[in-house]
Amino acid sequence: MSYQISNHKKRSTSRRLANGVVLTLSSIALLAVIAPSIWIVFQILHKALPHFGLSVLTKSGVGLDGGLKNEIIGTAVISIGVVIVAGSIGILSGIYLAQYAKGRFASILRAASDILAGIPSIVLGYVGYSALVVGFHWGFSLGAGVITLSVLVMPYIAKTTEVALRQVPINYIEGAEALGFKPTRILSRITLKTALPGITTGLIVAMAISVGETAPLLYTAGYSQNLPKLTITHSPLGYLTYAVWTFYNQPNKTALQLSYDAGMVIMVLILLLIGISRIIVAQTQRHAETRR
Amino acid sequence: MSIVETSADDAKNDATGRFHPNLLGRRTPIAIISAIATTVPAIAVIAVLLVLLSKALPAIKYNGVHFLTSTAWNPGNFYANPVVTNGVEHPILAKYGVWPLLAGTLESSIIALIFALPLSVGAAFIVAKKLPPRLRSIASTFLELLAGIPSVIFGLWGALTLGPILSKHIYPFFAHHAPNIIFFRLFRGNTGNGEGLLTSALVLGIMVIPIIASTTRDLITAVPRLTEEGAAALGFTEWEITRKVTFPWISAGVIGATVLGFARALGETMAVAMVSGAVLGTVPHTIYSTYSTIAAAIVTQLDSALTDATGLAVETLAEAALILMAVTLLANVAARYLVKRVSSTSLPIGKGL
Repeated sequence: MSYQISNHKKRSTSRRLANGVVLTLSSIALLAVIAPSIWIVFQILHKALPHFGLSVLTKSGVGLDGGLKNEIIGTAVISIGVVIVAGSIGILSGIYLAQYAKGRFASILRAASDILAGIPSIVLGYVGYSALVVGFHWGFSLGAGVITLSVLVMPYIAKTTEVALRQVPINYIEGAEALGFKPTRILSRITLKTALPGITTGLIVAMAISVGETAPLLYTAGYSQNLPKLTITHSPLGYLTYAVWTFYNQPNKTALQLSYDAGMVIMVLILLLIGISRIIVAQTQRHAETRR
Repeated sequence: MSIVETSADDAKNDATGRFHPNLLGRRTPIAIISAIATTVPAIAVIAVLLVLLSKALPAIKYNGVHFLTSTAWNPGNFYANPVVTNGVEHPILAKYGVWPLLAGTLESSIIALIFALPLSVGAAFIVAKKLPPRLRSIASTFLELLAGIPSVIFGLWGALTLGPILSKHIYPFFAHHAPNIIFFRLFRGNTGNGEGLLTSALVLGIMVIPIIASTTRDLITAVPRLTEEGAAALGFTEWEITRKVTFPWISAGVIGATVLGFARALGETMAVAMVSGAVLGTVPHTIYSTYSTIAAAIVTQLDSALTDATGLAVETLAEAALILMAVTLLANVAARYLVKRVSSTSLPIGKGL
C-alpha cells in the first residue's frame, strides 16, 4: 500500500516537473520572441539619435552626405500614389468579393488574389522593371514604382475590405431595405459606412508596407537626389529604404549615419501608422460595445 | 488589430455576414465596376507569368537542364564578340547554374523554421494560456511591431549588430568545440565576419515568428473550452492538456502557418541580401558560409546583369525568378490548403505587416 502511494507521488512529481519545465521553456521562448523587436528599435535609435539634427530632414542628399529630404518626400509621394491606385482597386475588389462574388468566376478571382499575395516582392520588382521601365519605355519613374508596389499591396487591401464588409450585421441591411433603400444606397450609406474603420485600417497598413518596402522599388523607381518631380514617367526619385540599403556598407562614415537616420525615420513612420490603426480599432470596438 | 482572423470570427461571419440575394443589386454600376476591378489581380498574375516566361525563354534554351544542377555562375566575357548557341546570342564562356542559389534558399528557410517554430509555439502558448489580458495585449503588440519592421531594417540590424556580435562571441565557441563527426562538422570552420548562412537564417527566423506565433495564439484561444476543462477535471497538468488536447486540435493550422512562414522566408530579399554575404556560385559547406538566395541574387545581380549586351544575364535572372516563384507558390498553396481546413479567412499575413 505504502509502496503504491510513494509510486503515485513519484509519478505526480515527475508530471509536475515536466509541466514546470515546459512552462519555463515557453516563458523563455516568449522573451526570445519579444526581445528582437525591442533590440532592433533601440539599436536603430542608439545609432541614429546621437548625430541626428534637423538638417537631416531639411537637406537633400549630396553624394554620400547631406540629408534625407528628397527621400522623405519621395517615400511620401510613393505611399500616397500607392494608396490612391491600390486603394481604389483593392477596395472595389473587396466590395465585389464580399457582396457580389459567386460561383466559379469568383473563386478564380479570389485564388488569383491569393497567388498574387504570395509572389515574392523582388519578382514583382523584376517584372515591373522589364515591363514598365524597359517595355513601356517609362524609364525609372514614379509611375513604375507606384504600379509595382500597388500590385504588391492590392490583395491585402482587397482582403481587409472584404473581411470588414462581411462583418457588417445583416440586421442593418435588412432594416435599410425595410425602409425602402435602393441597393446602391444601402451599400454607400449603410454597409460601407459601417465597414469604414476596417477599410481605413487596411489602407493604413498598406501605407506602412509601402513605407518599408525596398525590393519592388529599386529597379522601378530608381533613385535621384533631386526632389521628386510630379511626372509619372522618366522621373526617378529617392525613397527612405533606398538610403538604408545603399549607404549601410559604404566606407564613408556620413553614409552609414544616413543609413541609420533613414532607418529611424522609417521606424517612426511605421510606428505612427500602426498607432493610428490601433486607435481606430480601439475606437470602433468601444462604439460597438456601447451599442450593444 | 488582430492580423489573423480566428475561426471563431468566421463562424460569426457566416451567421451574420451573408447578404440576402435581393439586396445585392447585381446590375448596378458599382457591381459592374467592382467586378472589373477584381480582375486586376488576376490580370497582374497573368502578366507577371507572361513577362517572366518571355524573358526567361532564351535563358532556358541556352542554360538547358544543367541550370538546375550546375554550380557555375559565370556571366562570360562581355568584351569579346558574342557567340550564338541554340539560337541564343550570349557572351563567350557564359555558364549559369541555379543550384547554389536554390540550395541556399531552401537551407536558410529550413534553418529559420527550426528556430522560429518552437519559439513561436512556446510563446503563443504562454500568451494565450498564462498571461493576464493586459499583459497579453502588450505581448501581442510586440508581435505586431516585429511584423511591422521592414526587411531592410532587419538587414541593417543583422549585418551591423547581430552578425558581428555572434561571430565575435558565440560562433567561435561552437567552431572550437564541435566534434569532427557527421553533422557537427558543419559547425566547425571559419566563422567569418558574421555574414553567412546561420546569421541570415536567424534573422529570417525572427521575421517569420510573428506569422507562426500570432496564428498559433489565435488558434489556441479558439479551442473549445469544454474539452480542455474536461481534461483538467481528469487531473491533467497544463502541459498534458496542451499536448494531448490543445495541440492535436490546432496542429493543422500551426503547420499551415509554418508553411506560410516558410514561403515568406523563401522569397525574402533585402534582409538576406544584406546578411548572407551575397556570394554566388558556391553551395554553403559550413553553417557559417557566405552564400546567396535566388531572391537576394536577383536584387544584387540585376544591376551588373544589365551590362551584358546580349541580355543573357538578365534573362537568366528571370529563369531563376521563375524557379523561385514555383517553389513559393507550391508552399503557399500547401499552406492555404492546411489553414483553410481550420479557418476560412486567411489574411495575407507576412507581407511585411
